[in-house]
Amino acid sequence: MTRVLVEGFAEGPLLALDQALSFWGGVDAGTGRIIDRSHPAEGRSVAGVILSLPHGRGSSSAATVLAEMIRMGTGPIGLVLAEPDEIIVTGVFVANALYSTSVPVVVTSTPSPEIGRFQLDSAGCRRIDID
Amino acid sequence: MNTAEEVTLEDRDLSALAGELGEGVKLAMELVVKLAEVSRADQLIDISRAHIDGCLYHGQAGVDFAQRMVDSGTSVSVPTTLNVSSLDLLHPELYRGEEADAREARRLMDLHVDLGCKPTWTCAPYQLPDRPELGEQIAWGESNAIVFANSVLGARTNRYGDFADLACAITGRAPHSGLHTDEGRLATVVVEVEVADELLDEDLLYPLLGHWLGANCGVEIPAIEGLDERADEDRLKALGAAAASSGATAMFHVVGVTPEASTLQAVTRSGGLRRLTVDSDALATARMQLGWAKGNIGAVSVGTPHMSSAGLTKLANQVSGLRTVVPFYVNTSRSSLAEAGDSALSSIQAFGATIVTDTCTYITPIIGDVSGPVMTDSGKWAYYAPGNLGVGVVIGSLAECITSAVAGEVHLDERFGA
Repeated sequence: MTRVLVEGFAEGPLLALDQALSFWGGVDAGTGRIIDRSHPAEGRSVAGVILSLPHGRGSSSAATVLAEMIRMGTGPIGLVLAEPDEIIVTGVFVANALYSTSVPVVVTSTPSPEIGRFQLDSAGCRRIDID
Repeated sequence: MNTAEEVTLEDRDLSALAGELGEGVKLAMELVVKLAEVSRADQLIDISRAHIDGCLYHGQAGVDFAQRMVDSGTSVSVPTTLNVSSLDLLHPELYRGEEADAREARRLMDLHVDLGCKPTWTCAPYQLPDRPELGEQIAWGESNAIVFANSVLGARTNRYGDFADLACAITGRAPHSGLHTDEGRLATVVVEVEVADELLDEDLLYPLLGHWLGANCGVEIPAIEGLDERADEDRLKALGAAAASSGATAMFHVVGVTPEASTLQAVTRSGGLRRLTVDSDALATARMQLGWAKGNIGAVSVGTPHMSSAGLTKLANQVSGLRTVVPFYVNTSRSSLAEAGDSALSSIQAFGATIVTDTCTYITPIIGDVSGPVMTDSGKWAYYAPGNLGVGVVIGSLAECITSAVAGEVHLDERFGA
């Protein structure tokens, strides 16, 4: 089932995380790199990718950090969630309103593996570089 | 899939959405409606007051949002208090950070005052005069304030984060979902506290129990059995703040103590709830997780969340005639400081302690380089400070903090297995 939380369009590589992530304290906002030492994807970057994760985690200040990352171009270009997350929706919604971006947030399944190029919009997340 | 039609909006909500009340109100209402859709609320409700966490600087986006509101002539429509920022305006000399960060932080604070918010600068708005009443619908940010309002006051708020708190304050509306509803406030897990009766007299029990609750109950609403009236407001505050740090706790019940839980049945539906037990071994483990060490300490920080006037009076009495040999910080609000009075302040200063207002030592550079771990009585401070400040932590009761500060090294009693 696909549920659109924030409308938009994204095309790019996919980063699929198995574990929730806090944008406040878990990510270096200046680079987009995951710095949470307990996270399996520590060291990988969320900048410029369609980011798939179960949901957010931790402080509600994460909404500002996510909006700030989208402003600086160090944030994800689209988000795929397993369940709705109000903090993530808030951060993306405000960034789209302030900075004229169109980052989508969609609850849907993620194709695997994460290799290749993907599109995310109201119809869901799909790989586009294979015939 | 469009879910917008599932939220019933009133004419005034629709006129806000149409921009008839200005561009700022339009953007705020769009966010409130968006959150109502996400949480599958049936309608919006009026809120009587708000508490804003978004005045703490985390980057340009926060400033841009507040500036957008100010530029469009927007103001808050309900009485609105402000959380801590990263600056102590009463004691600006305490700040050791970058000048540029301080300028942006100050700008964000000023913008919120321009929007009509009260410059209270405290994470403990429930210690201000005129606090929310049982059943009152409010929109609060700041995790410890949220859990205190719901649990101890019986007021009703969801967890409003940055932007959402201000959007509710501007529109005076919030999604009717979660903790705003009767159903959403029922306990989802029962926790039995099984410890020796005399431990209920110990201040340290409460942050340790809170840390355990957050770690073991996550987003659930625990109904706690086994505590009694010795769990006073300051102790429930310490419990809630710790739980909202290690977990996403937004509400707990203490059976026989908190206002909605006269009995277990009052806060549970018919049976079948998961039951957990917490004993003194679990609390000893919580103490080790939050921080334990021997030897010299570098500093002490107490008052997270902001120390109440009762707490300041108690501290003043306990430190009378003593002198700390390490930097000793006391975080509190302007309001509690004024309420506690000059003699309490004199006693605390004669002890050698530094009073910090408007901010807190774990979110801003106030404590300088320290030569050993920092001791605290707060589960919340112990949870966040290692990551934010890069310091080691020892948790202890207020009495243990004072004894250790006088000795310059860790002195703990052994009631929680340390």
